[in-house]
Amino acid sequence: MAISVDVRNLSKNYGEVEALKDLTFSVSKGELFGFIGPDGAGKTTLFRILTTLLLADSGTASVEDLDVVKAYKQIRRIIGYMPGRFSLYQDLSVEENLRFFATIFGTTIEENYDLVKEIYSQIEPFKTRKAGKLSGGMKQKLALSCALIHKPVVLFLDEPTTGVDAVSRQEFWEMLQRLKSQGITIIVSTPYMDEATLCDRVALIQNGRIMQISRPAEVVSTFPLGLFSVSSADVYRLLHDLQKLPKEHSVFAFGQVVHLSYREDELTRDDVIDFLKEKGHEEVTVEEIKPNIEDCFMELMQKE
Amino acid sequence: MKKGSTDIIIVKDLVKKFGNFVANDHLSFEVKRGEIFGFLGANGAGKTTAIRILCGLSLPTSGDLSVAGYDVYSQREKIKQNIGYMSQKFSLYDDLTVFENIRFYAAIYGLSKKEIVQRADVLMKKLQLEEARNKLIRDIPLGWKQKLALSVAIIHDPKIVFLDEPTGGVDPITRRQFWEMIYEAARNGITVFVTTHYMDEAEYCDRLSIMVEGRIAALNTPLALREEYQAKNMNEVFLKLARAQTEEVA
Repeated sequence: MAISVDVRNLSKNYGEVEALKDLTFSVSKGELFGFIGPDGAGKTTLFRILTTLLLADSGTASVEDLDVVKAYKQIRRIIGYMPGRFSLYQDLSVEENLRFFATIFGTTIEENYDLVKEIYSQIEPFKTRKAGKLSGGMKQKLALSCALIHKPVVLFLDEPTTGVDAVSRQEFWEMLQRLKSQGITIIVSTPYMDEATLCDRVALIQNGRIMQISRPAEVVSTFPLGLFSVSSADVYRLLHDLQKLPKEHSVFAFGQVVHLSYREDELTRDDVIDFLKEKGHEEVTVEEIKPNIEDCFMELMQKE
Repeated sequence: MKKGSTDIIIVKDLVKKFGNFVANDHLSFEVKRGEIFGFLGANGAGKTTAIRILCGLSLPTSGDLSVAGYDVYSQREKIKQNIGYMSQKFSLYDDLTVFENIRFYAAIYGLSKKEIVQRADVLMKKLQLEEARNKLIRDIPLGWKQKLALSVAIIHDPKIVFLDEPTGGVDPITRRQFWEMIYEAARNGITVFVTTHYMDEAEYCDRLSIMVEGRIAALNTPLALREEYQAKNMNEVFLKLARAQTEEVA
């Protein structure tokens, strides 16, 4: 498949802080590619380098075969970028913002209306409202409309769903799927692990390093350990007691249950049940489960 | 889990209007002492309005409310002395050191000089921040900041701590360590009132309320809510309840 974004051995330091450490990856044309990781992982630094707003210390990067340093002007014409912080003009109206972005790219709202129609029509009834007065979900839709109005080939979305409620988040991902179906390459970052499953491929990123790149289903299927979901009448005590299990393992709370990952040759379900009964736990259940992305992320973090 | 039967927060028919707009529409609920109470809702559902009233920062239009045993109309200063507050947006001062932040908040909450020094030492030891004592907040990792912010919000042993979206953006391991601290606070008898957009986190709460358009649409334990709405997780419960709401209304 043809390559849209190609990154080779990219590094960036801020003083003594290594923000990106030797990143290498590529994104195919038309792919929905996710960077999943917490604040401080290096997501924004990477996005700023790829959108030609920041220079790397070493390594190379290209977007649609254009080098991010030599051909930055051409890249800027063909990409859309939605930064993490709301960056539209608060004192301009919804429509004025969109018209402004269309004009600087030498186009008009009318010319590319079809592309933004589905998103923009939801906020169009409020087109005379100042952008600063919009709710979180509406700001997000306007920002996406502005990033799309010049019909970009590649779209960079830096944490578009952070701080947005679950309903707006779901709607936003539905919009991304529709954009993807129109052939736009989309690179998106998020700290929400559950959003990984909505991407074609994901890079799990932590401390400036990519820990794993694969399809979401592969992330889960390559989990190297067994996993139990354990519950009892007292979850807090359960968590602390399970940490004392005399075998190599790790234990993390998942709401009302605890996930216990273990080496399959070292621990059985009965071992866990016996151990907890000995500790006086009641209503104990131990169930073999498949890991989710968060289990995998934490396992990779511990290996690092 | 040790839980008193006494209600530490009592809300009856809380109404708050801004002009013609009804932000809180007859809310009624109780929170028990030592409980971890999740307060969920879409952006614009009215959560912040209600929290500001419970913290004594804003007056209701009508309704009977008691927080930590004090009346929200006539004893707001008493309420402020008996609660702690932390949010992701407003927590610590970036340009003060770790110790200066602790000293500042402890003094605001009325602790004596002697108590401040003692509690600061205990706290820094517990969080393994002793070596970072004189570092500026802006120079320490986000996860440390959040743990410190929570510790500072309860440094005066309040009856209730309000956590307004406390955990955004941290890695999943740090997020769990943070929740362990929340559990610990609840075990020590501090009631925890928490809002979050992470629906998986909602499952850590003893009980949850979900607000839709200024009203409480559901209130129960996470398990009971999942059963009632035949959902496999809280995200599904939330979507079923909040889907009907269009944010344009808010």
